Amino acid sequence: MSNLPVACGACQAGGVCQGKGLSTLKSGLWANNPISVQVLGICSALAVTGKLENALVMGAALIFVTGCSNLFISLLRKAIPRKIRMIAEVAIIATFVILFDQLLRAFYYDMSKTLGPYVGLIITNCIVMGRAEAFALQNPPIVSVVDGLANGMGYAGVLAVIGAIRELLGYGTILDFTVLSTSWYVPNQVMILAPGAFVVLGLLIAMFNAINAGKGAADAKPAGGH
Amino acid sequence: MDYISPWAIIVAAIFTSNILLANFLGMCSFLVCSKQIGTSLGLGAAVVFVMTATTAINYGVYYGLLVPMGLEFLGFIIFIAVIAAFVQFVEMFVERFSQGLYHALGIFLPLITVNCAILGAALFMIIRKYDFIQSLAYGFAAGVGWALAILLMAGLRKKMGYSIIPKAFQGVSIIMIITGIMAMAFMGFGGMVRIQ
Repeated sequence: MSNLPVACGACQAGGVCQGKGLSTLKSGLWANNPISVQVLGICSALAVTGKLENALVMGAALIFVTGCSNLFISLLRKAIPRKIRMIAEVAIIATFVILFDQLLRAFYYDMSKTLGPYVGLIITNCIVMGRAEAFALQNPPIVSVVDGLANGMGYAGVLAVIGAIRELLGYGTILDFTVLSTSWYVPNQVMILAPGAFVVLGLLIAMFNAINAGKGAADAKPAGGH
Repeated sequence: MDYISPWAIIVAAIFTSNILLANFLGMCSFLVCSKQIGTSLGLGAAVVFVMTATTAINYGVYYGLLVPMGLEFLGFIIFIAVIAAFVQFVEMFVERFSQGLYHALGIFLPLITVNCAILGAALFMIIRKYDFIQSLAYGFAAGVGWALAILLMAGLRKKMGYSIIPKAFQGVSIIMIITGIMAMAFMGFGGMVRIQ
């Protein structure tokens, strides 16, 4: 578990990120993917992925919150005193989470009920905090927004994959369209329940490790090796 | 909704609806701090204490302040502020009055602020409309359940040190899969009581 937010690979290079929007984007999407490589924010990755639709909404929430909070923290980075930066960051993040929660309640009430407390829990989702701490505090606004969006999208992508796998095997559907007909496929209930989530994510991380290890062991260090 | 007795909530929050194994909360520190039994015991104790206390405080703040003023939407930000302030306060208090306890527990306290299980317990308490006694029981039992899960995992990881694990599965991956199997075992308690 060497990859804590503060020491993520993308930002050790510091100034390199500047003006290189594309590499920032790529790092968030694949090389330093928040879930599969940095293993951050997996609580919600597990909890809301019983169906693909829930996973997509949660992903959208994360993209919105990381993007917006990175922008504002980056704008305020010179005004925030170092000692109270944590509180300031949490306050900014919580504001956007509340905003998204209220929007969800107003326009998509059923989903808000389904997601339950997990929307609120984005506040303590380490990805948002990690990006704020590791990137937005040192970089100008535009790159920070790209970084926030990229990490949000990397997160949303993994969420969607897990959601699709679990919905397909658990209900035989994808976005409520029947894919595996019940005439020959017996839906595997365990995929919808908690154990399925853990096992799918575990296998997914193993797959990422295998692919990255195959690419060349020199630069791709396995996630959480101890 | 029928009134659920606090005892039922305690049993349910530890076994059938374990906050980690059924609600997936507190995974980050679960993964990082489950390497040694001693560490996980200290963290587990700190979580039980902080979760019980903050659930009670948040109950008071939510129903005593926010609801009468119609500010329920501020819940998230107030809860996290209460948790952060409480943890800070406890840390200073423990440091001043008990050096031994500070060394045993102190390093875990800052970690707890960002433990989503603590905030999650407060949010579940609101969503499930618990009264004060129920909330207290839930906060305590959810903490115990989390501590139990991390202790079990620490024990398993110690054993796992002697096994040969395929390279790609090393680290987080195998822990996830084992947690899945653990969750399956806890589901066996499912018939006893249900909350939610």
